[in-house]
Amino acid sequence: MATQEIKKQSPKVYIDRPDHLSGGHRLCAGCGAPVILRQVLMGAGDSPVVVSNATGCVEVSTTIYPYTAWKDSYIHSAFENAAATISGVEAALISLKKQGKVTEDFKLLSVAGDGGSYDIGLQAISGALERYHDIVILCYDNGAYMNTGFQRSAATPKGAWTTTSPVGKVRPGKNQQRKNLTEIAIAHNIPYVAQASPHNFRDLIYKAEKAFAVKGPAFLNVLSPCPRGWRSKESDSIQLAEAMVKSNYWPLFEVENGVYKINYDPKKRKGAVADWMKQQGRFRHLFTPENEWIVEETQEMTDYQWERLKAMEEATARFAPQEAAEAQEPAE
Amino acid sequence: MAQTEAKTLAITGNGAVSLAMKQVDPDVVAAYPITPQTDVVQNFSQYVANGDVKAEFVTAESEHSAMSACIGSAAAGARTMTATSSAGYALMVEVCFVAASMRLPIIMTTVNRALSGPINIHCDHSDSMLGRDSGWLQIYNEDAQEAYDATVMSFPIAEHKDVRLPLMNMYDGFIISGAIGPLKPLSAEQVQEFIGQAPDYPRLLDAKNPVTMGPFDGLHGWYFEQKIAQNIAMDNALDVIQDTYDRFYELTGRRYEHLMKYRMDDAEIAVVVANSAAGNARAIVDKLRNEGIKAGVIKLRTFRPFPVKQYAEALADVKVVGVMDRADSFGAPGGPLYMEVLTSLYQEGQCAKAVNFIYGLGGRDVFPQNIEDVYRRLDAIAKGEQDAPRERVYVNTKGM
Ligand SMILES: Cc1ncc(C[n+]2csc(CCOP(=O)(O)OP(=O)(O)O)c2C)c(N)n1
Repeated sequence: MATQEIKKQSPKVYIDRPDHLSGGHRLCAGCGAPVILRQVLMGAGDSPVVVSNATGCVEVSTTIYPYTAWKDSYIHSAFENAAATISGVEAALISLKKQGKVTEDFKLLSVAGDGGSYDIGLQAISGALERYHDIVILCYDNGAYMNTGFQRSAATPKGAWTTTSPVGKVRPGKNQQRKNLTEIAIAHNIPYVAQASPHNFRDLIYKAEKAFAVKGPAFLNVLSPCPRGWRSKESDSIQLAEAMVKSNYWPLFEVENGVYKINYDPKKRKGAVADWMKQQGRFRHLFTPENEWIVEETQEMTDYQWERLKAMEEATARFAPQEAAEAQEPAE
Repeated sequence: MAQTEAKTLAITGNGAVSLAMKQVDPDVVAAYPITPQTDVVQNFSQYVANGDVKAEFVTAESEHSAMSACIGSAAAGARTMTATSSAGYALMVEVCFVAASMRLPIIMTTVNRALSGPINIHCDHSDSMLGRDSGWLQIYNEDAQEAYDATVMSFPIAEHKDVRLPLMNMYDGFIISGAIGPLKPLSAEQVQEFIGQAPDYPRLLDAKNPVTMGPFDGLHGWYFEQKIAQNIAMDNALDVIQDTYDRFYELTGRRYEHLMKYRMDDAEIAVVVANSAAGNARAIVDKLRNEGIKAGVIKLRTFRPFPVKQYAEALADVKVVGVMDRADSFGAPGGPLYMEVLTSLYQEGQCAKAVNFIYGLGGRDVFPQNIEDVYRRLDAIAKGEQDAPRERVYVNTKGM
């Protein structure tokens, strides 16, 4: 399907789509990951899917033997290799289809947390994107290695407390700003890259649908609240994701064949990073005179990244295919 | 028995194995190049480029990803192959265990090369010996013909319903991989007929019967029983391998056994050795036999599963056995092969004298004279002129 035909639908349309992940999995209350997975898999519609999953919260909570929450075929083999594993599934699919040994169409999805994507799995993801497999690679970014007890990752925000960036007399949590994995994915010159958040489910499902529809690799980076690791209230998860988006910390945008499009533009920034930081215990120590500079630096970084993103949107607009530009919906 | 009429090719070990891969024409190959395996990957790339094979070729960005892609492919239901050596194998090892535990019959060629460090590109067996506990079937091959034959025979063994384990075939880096030797190939049709279709088993690419593979064993705990099942499959493999060897004999007239005995019938001293050094050992045995010394050779083929009974039987009347290891196990009682052979004897209640010779590490030459020295020493021990050393004996070292 041409991606231009894929539009954001009303919630009614999405709600009627089959649920690929059943209830009864054991992810925590308030966890963003199962919400994200449901939304992403709604993007696959009726198609059967093969899911390749890295070691992490999703894996340990959805496949506790002899139970499985997956209605599709699913494989977990290790922590760093979900993208490499799905590469092999894709090769098998091509080969067996050519020989008539498989007749159905499958959508192929690789799923990993930020640890399995930004850090240990980065090489496998990069290799898979470069080889141009027809796959979707999803990162649910909860900003730390949550499964193993909240250790820092390259996606952990600066200043955040984690168990390997603890707060002590001489260290105020994590020392470094985050890595920008979405930009790294874009640098692979693949057909589709998008950043999304589960609070805006229409945007996320629409992006997943596009990601599955393009020929070749697509990468989705989705913000995933984690009450345990963020030290936040379970009931706040979706609202926190929204606040992080509205402060421009986690912009919603997509890059199709190199053309940037911001999907949510608050025009004037709504709220500051400090607003949602205050609601998360992992940042509690930052609101002191000695540590406040980290909040300020994060705000500056956020504003800079946002301006840069807007500049990218402007700079790449002229490469957009004409009809596609017309077909695009106005941003909400 | 129908001997093949094929003419003999002059070909390298890697050329022979590439040819076998082309004739097998698996569904998927995922691999990464490393000396001395590289020609295998290059040759296969050329077959793909020429349209000679139907296989999908995943040019992975590392061996870890190559093996991971093999896992995905085999789990999806595709016949899957790869090849590696040394550091590449070491990089794969984490997921090699996963492949075996998922019971995926992936076929891998491991061209033996020393593990780093120091980095060394030459032959020894430290790479494949690293994987001896990984749950893969392991078959060691002396020359290009054996490596070719083993590649073809791998499929009915690994895919057999009572086995379903990944299998790796070894041969010596450079000595065999790069040196030209004779090969009597089968025709592609013979290969296809011999390997047949892989039996059906649950696979990812079955929309009507979706399957969860590699689930978490955290709370209910079947890990232990799952490991026992892997061992049962290993036990089953002993017969399946021999049956496959026998069927191959019917086709080609080339006879294979778990261990290959040379002049062992009345042997009083014997050497157990793997891969290319076996040829030198046979030549020395011929020489010693002319002197009236009752010497023999046992060439290792099947290392996993280890054919305990066959070793015990073959060594039942031997007074002194020398086990030659081309890999060491630092701090252990001896090299890996030595420990397996001794355990086999002990399990069968036998106690021939045994000496462990470590040779050829990092490609150190093993000359006929070195092997003759080994036999002379065993002979002296057998005659009571020397005691059997308990320590390892290092062969052809410099200033040590
Ligand atoms: C090679 C390897 N190293 C380390 C681990 C331990 N480990 C398992 S899951 C995990 C963290 C996962 O973090 P992430 O990818 O962010 O996913 P999340 O747990 O947050 O869902 C770690 C460190 C492992 N299983 N394998």
